[in-house]
Amino acid sequence: MNNNKVIQVEGLTKMFGDFTAVNAITFEVDKGEIFGFLGANGAGKTTAMKMLIGISNPTSGNANVAGFDVFTHTENIKKNIGYMSQKFALYDDLTVRENITFFGGIYGLSRKRIKEKSDALIEELGLQNVANKLVGALPLGWKQKLSFSVSLIHDPKIVFLDEPTGGVDPITRRQFWELIYKAANQGTTVFVTTHYMDEAEYCDRVSIMVNGKIEALDTPKKLKEQFKAENMNDVFLKLARG
Amino acid sequence: MKTILYIIQKEFKQIFRNKGMLPIIFVLPLLQLVILSNAATFEVKNIKFGYIDNDHTSTSRALVERFNASTYFNVLTDFPSEALASSAMLKGEVDVVLEIPQYFERDLQNEKHHRLGVTINAIDGAAAGVMNVYVSQIIQRFNQHVKVDLLQPSDQQIQASNIDTIPLFWYNETLNYKTFMVPGILVLLVTMITLFLSGMNIVREKEIGTLEQINVTPIKKSQFIIGKLFPFWVIGMGLLTIGLIIAKLIFNVPMVGSLPLMYVYTSIYILVVLGIGLFISNFTETQQQAMFIAWFFTVIFILMSGLFTPIESMPKWAQMITEFNPIKYFVEVMRMVMLKGSGFIDILPQLLKTFSYALIMNGLAVWSYKKTT
Repeated sequence: MNNNKVIQVEGLTKMFGDFTAVNAITFEVDKGEIFGFLGANGAGKTTAMKMLIGISNPTSGNANVAGFDVFTHTENIKKNIGYMSQKFALYDDLTVRENITFFGGIYGLSRKRIKEKSDALIEELGLQNVANKLVGALPLGWKQKLSFSVSLIHDPKIVFLDEPTGGVDPITRRQFWELIYKAANQGTTVFVTTHYMDEAEYCDRVSIMVNGKIEALDTPKKLKEQFKAENMNDVFLKLARG
Repeated sequence: MKTILYIIQKEFKQIFRNKGMLPIIFVLPLLQLVILSNAATFEVKNIKFGYIDNDHTSTSRALVERFNASTYFNVLTDFPSEALASSAMLKGEVDVVLEIPQYFERDLQNEKHHRLGVTINAIDGAAAGVMNVYVSQIIQRFNQHVKVDLLQPSDQQIQASNIDTIPLFWYNETLNYKTFMVPGILVLLVTMITLFLSGMNIVREKEIGTLEQINVTPIKKSQFIIGKLFPFWVIGMGLLTIGLIIAKLIFNVPMVGSLPLMYVYTSIYILVVLGIGLFISNFTETQQQAMFIAWFFTVIFILMSGLFTPIESMPKWAQMITEFNPIKYFVEVMRMVMLKGSGFIDILPQLLKTFSYALIMNGLAVWSYKKTT
């Protein structure tokens, strides 16, 4: 396989009974790229993502993530990826530091490394004052940023973000994207789904899913040209309305 | 191994941080042990006793006085007529009505046989049987002075007066029901707490979404499950310990057998319960579902455990079902070891069955927990 392609997907399909949730999607993602994975609600984004992160078995097709096959080597994939779900998934009844320690421990980091990572992460996010507070008491925006940083704790090759900025204010969203850029600059590939079309503009390349199929895939600039649209919002509306 | 420690550490933090759950785990069960062990008695006391005296002689009054003197009977009413006695029985005001016929004293003096009518409320058949025995005993003793024949369901049971039985009650000489009940109730509490905690725990992580986050990590299934269940195993053993102390200090239940043996058995037994809890957890999506299923099994397990009703008196098919009831084995072992002083060899059959059960349930639990669906 090409070392620059960290995700290679070919004809990947997921069926639930008669319903085809993901219909033979094909795409590739380069190393260090920010790849926007767009689509309306129910288009199949989350299902597709769950196959790539190894928690949902594909029905057919091929896919290779971080060099491992999604059918046979899901556990190897898991060592090399980070994931942040659309539902906040840290423990509300643990403190900031305890959450970081727990996930660091699960990924097999050494005590020393966990300590270093925690300190760096808490400082970077400016959480010094709340480091020993329960996560449940933090505002949503802070939780999301923490959750993103925790998904990067084991320095994964790829991080999958499922609607990471849902429900947070514009300032926090901007700060969040700064974190994403920082991760991408350090060589982490970012695979992100979003509903916000302004965020789609921040991505290197964007795919748009409609009813389980990828209907468009290119850089935001080229997509706007292709669909003769002023912004990504119009591109999306043209596609999603069919 | 290190990964497991991180999970255990996290679980303990969460358990001890949950101020709502702590008393439910540690205080309520022990309150239950104290209350239930005192309340769940098989003894029949305070029997409401009424009589119809058609004789009105010193002999008939002497017979009633015998009942009055007994601690089991509360002598309530002298009914003027049978009809009034029946209606009182219907209303539940009396449990037992004794009818003394006319010419009772005169016939006794003439050494004629006589019949006393005894009516017993038998809605609770077991209690009615016990009441019948008490009534018969009192009348028989009265009969040693004056000859009376009591109308019995079977008239054949005429005791030869020169044969006497002297019962010896082994393992629980004083027939103290608490000695019998406390180990059993302790078994229930250990089972219920560990089953509910383990059954709800993983499903809770499903509900709040953290399980998905765990499933995208490279953690091994067995690591996760061991880390998850170990804290509940510790809690179960802790409950057993506190329960045994209460049994000794408050109820003075004899502990004839070896404590280490009891702990060895319990440590395996709790694994069975945790396996069942985890298995339930894997097949449910919400804590509510898990709770209902756990309850369903608990009720069957408790009623068919031999704790309240002897397994020997169940129909054959029901006895077969009890073979799959882990609580049955635990109750048996606890009573055997605590009251009889049974040793390792005596409880070996139960130990082996429980051990196989633990292997099967935990195997199923690990198998049914899927990181990838």
